[in-house]
Amino acid sequence: MPDLHDVFSVAHAAALGGAGWLQQRRLAAAESFGTAELPSAGEEEWRYSPVAGLHLEAYRPAPPTGGNGPAVGGVLPGSLRDRLGALSALVVTCDGRLVSTEITPEAEAAGLVLHPLGEAPEPVAALGGVLAAPSDVFGLMNDAFCGAPLLLEIPRGVRLTEPVAIVNVLRAASLAVFPRLVVVVGDGAEAQVVNVLVSGEEEGFAAPVAELDVGPAARLQYLNLQELGPQATGIDQTAATVASQGHLAIGLAAVGGSYSRCRVDCTLSGRGATGDMSAMYFGDRDQVLDFRTFQNHSAPDTNSNLLFVGAVEDRARSIYSGLIRVGAEARGTDAQQTNRILKLSEEVWADSVPNLEIENNDVRCAHASSVGPIDEDHRFYLESRGVPPDVAERLIVEGFFGEVRGRLPVQSVAASFDEMVRAKIGPDR
Amino acid sequence: MSELIVEGLWANAAEESILQGVDLRVAAGEVHAVMGPNGCGKSTLAHVLAGRRGYTVTAGRALLDGADLLALSPFERARAGLFLAMQYPTEVPGVNLLDVLGAALAAAGRDPAADGLGAVLSAEAERLGVPAALLERAVNVDLSGGEQKRGEALQLAVLRPCIAVLDEIDSGLDVDALRAVARRIEEATAEGLGVLAITHYTRLLGVLQADRVHIMIRGRIVASGGPELADELERTGYERWDRPAPAEVAVKLGRSF
Repeated sequence: MPDLHDVFSVAHAAALGGAGWLQQRRLAAAESFGTAELPSAGEEEWRYSPVAGLHLEAYRPAPPTGGNGPAVGGVLPGSLRDRLGALSALVVTCDGRLVSTEITPEAEAAGLVLHPLGEAPEPVAALGGVLAAPSDVFGLMNDAFCGAPLLLEIPRGVRLTEPVAIVNVLRAASLAVFPRLVVVVGDGAEAQVVNVLVSGEEEGFAAPVAELDVGPAARLQYLNLQELGPQATGIDQTAATVASQGHLAIGLAAVGGSYSRCRVDCTLSGRGATGDMSAMYFGDRDQVLDFRTFQNHSAPDTNSNLLFVGAVEDRARSIYSGLIRVGAEARGTDAQQTNRILKLSEEVWADSVPNLEIENNDVRCAHASSVGPIDEDHRFYLESRGVPPDVAERLIVEGFFGEVRGRLPVQSVAASFDEMVRAKIGPDR
Repeated sequence: MSELIVEGLWANAAEESILQGVDLRVAAGEVHAVMGPNGCGKSTLAHVLAGRRGYTVTAGRALLDGADLLALSPFERARAGLFLAMQYPTEVPGVNLLDVLGAALAAAGRDPAADGLGAVLSAEAERLGVPAALLERAVNVDLSGGEQKRGEALQLAVLRPCIAVLDEIDSGLDVDALRAVARRIEEATAEGLGVLAITHYTRLLGVLQADRVHIMIRGRIVASGGPELADELERTGYERWDRPAPAEVAVKLGRSF
C-alpha cells in the first residue's frame, strides 16, 4: 500500500489548478496535512467510530478539474431529479468536478448568486468564513484537495420560493472527493438549500464540508441528504453561524454508506438566534452511521432544538454524541436535545451520548435519549387487531419516524427521502 | 356458527397461579358477562385468550370454531376471528387507525379500498361519536379513556370478528357514550357476533343485555346464570361467593390440626 501522504500530497493539491489565491490556500492546507495523522478512536470526538479501518491510501484523489465533464443527464441517478421537484437552481458535481449550474431566470433576477470559486480572480472571504480553521483532519483535507468549491449567496432581503439543490455525485471507483459548499444568507433573506451526496455501487470516499452563514433576521432551511452506495464512506461536516434573530434549520437524512459520519457545529452568535437540527437515519447490514453535534450558544436568548431519530437493523451500528455548550454570555438560552434509536435486531449496536457544558445559570437545557427495541405492547396491540407481524413492524417503525419526518427542513424534498427509509424497513428488502 | 370454548383453563402470571380452571362457552350471537372483584383474574382471562406475552397456560384449552387458540400467535388468533377490546388500549406513536385497519382488512383477504374502508370508518365513527380527526391521529395517543374505548368499539365494528372479548369496555365512558357503544355491540351480535364482556360493575349490563352472567372469584367461575344473577350480585355484592374452595378449606383444616 502506498503511504497516505504520498497519495494526498502537496503536488496533488498544486495540480488542482485554478485561481492563485485558491491554490495558495490549498497548498498551505496540504502542507499541514503532510504532517497530520488520522484520528484514532481513542479521541473523544472519534470514540466508537471505525476510523482506524478507513485506509484512505487505497483511494485515488479526484483528478484536476478542467476539460469536458460528463453530461448532466448521465450523472444524476434515477429518480433524483424528480424527487428534488421545482428548484430555483441546480448545481451538479461529479467525481470532484463541476458538471453544471442551472438557475431559473426568476432566481437570477431576484439576485441569487451561484459562484464557482475555482476561477474567482480575487480571494473570497466567505470560504473559510464560518470555519476559520478546519474542525479536524478531514476538514483539512477538504481545504487542501477540494477541486471546485462553490459559493451560494442569497443577498440581503432576497426570498427564494423554490429550493436550491447541490448534488455531488461520486461515480468512479475508488475515488476520493472533497465537495465544498459555502452558503451566505444576507440580512432578512430566506432560502431553502438541499445538499445531496450520492454514489453508485463502487467503493469511494467523500469528505464534504459545508459552511452556512446566516445573517441577521435571515432564514435558512438546509437539508443534507446522504444517499451513498453500500461500499462508500462519507465523512461530512456542516458548520454554521447564525446572527441576531436569524433562523437556521438543519436536517440530516442518511441511509447509505458503509461508514457515514455527519458532524454539525451550529453556533448561535447573535442575540435571539435560533438553530434547530433534526436527523432521520436508517442503518442496516454492516453499516455504521455516526453523528456528532455541537449546539453552541454564545449570545443571549438563543434557542436550539435538536431531534435525531434513527433505526438500526441486521448488524448495523449507530453512534450519536451531542454537546450543548452555553457560554457565560448566553443568558436566556433554551436548548433541547433528543436522540431516539430503535434497535431492530439483536446484533445491532447503538450508542447515545448527550453532554452539557453550561456556564450561565439563567438557561433552560434538557436532553433525552432512548435506545431500545420495538415495544412489545405496540406489536401486540397491532397484531391483536389482525395486522400481520411484518406489517405491524413496518407500521411501528414508520410511526417511530413520524415526528422527525414532519420536522425536517425543505419538506418538499424531505418527504421523498421517506420512501428511501421505507424501502429499507422490513425483512423483505 | 362460531363458538368459543374454554375448558379447564389454568394460567400463571409471573409464577403466580391466576386462572384456576375456567370453563366457558360463548356461541355466535350470545352475550356473556364475566363479573368479579378486582384481582379475580378477569383481565388475565382476556389477555390469555388474545395471546399477550407474560402469561403461561399450565392446563386446559381454548377453541375458536375448533381451532386451538392457545397454539396461535396473537395475529393468527385475530385472523381466526377473535377480537380483544382492551381495558387500557395501547398508545402506538405515529401509527394511525386508518393504516391499522387497512392492514388488518387486507390480511383478512378483504380489499380495504373495495370495501370502502374510508366511508365505513366515517359512518361508524359518527355512530360511536368518534371525532373524524381521531382517525388520522396516532392510535390512542393523547386520547381520553372514553375516546380510547370508543376507538376500540369502532375497530370492532369495522373488523367484524366472530368473537369479541371486551375487557372493561365500560370504564372511562360517560353514560351517553356507554349507550352508543353498547348499542353498536348489540347490533353486531344481531349479525352473529359472540361477546365475552368482562366487567366488575353491573352498570354495563344496564345497557348491554347479557344472555348469561358468570361470576369469577379467584380464577374460576363460581356461579353462572341468566341476567337475574347480575341483579342478585347488585344486591349482595361479591362476598357471598368469595369463600375459599372446599379443597382449600380442607388444607387449612389439615394444617391447623
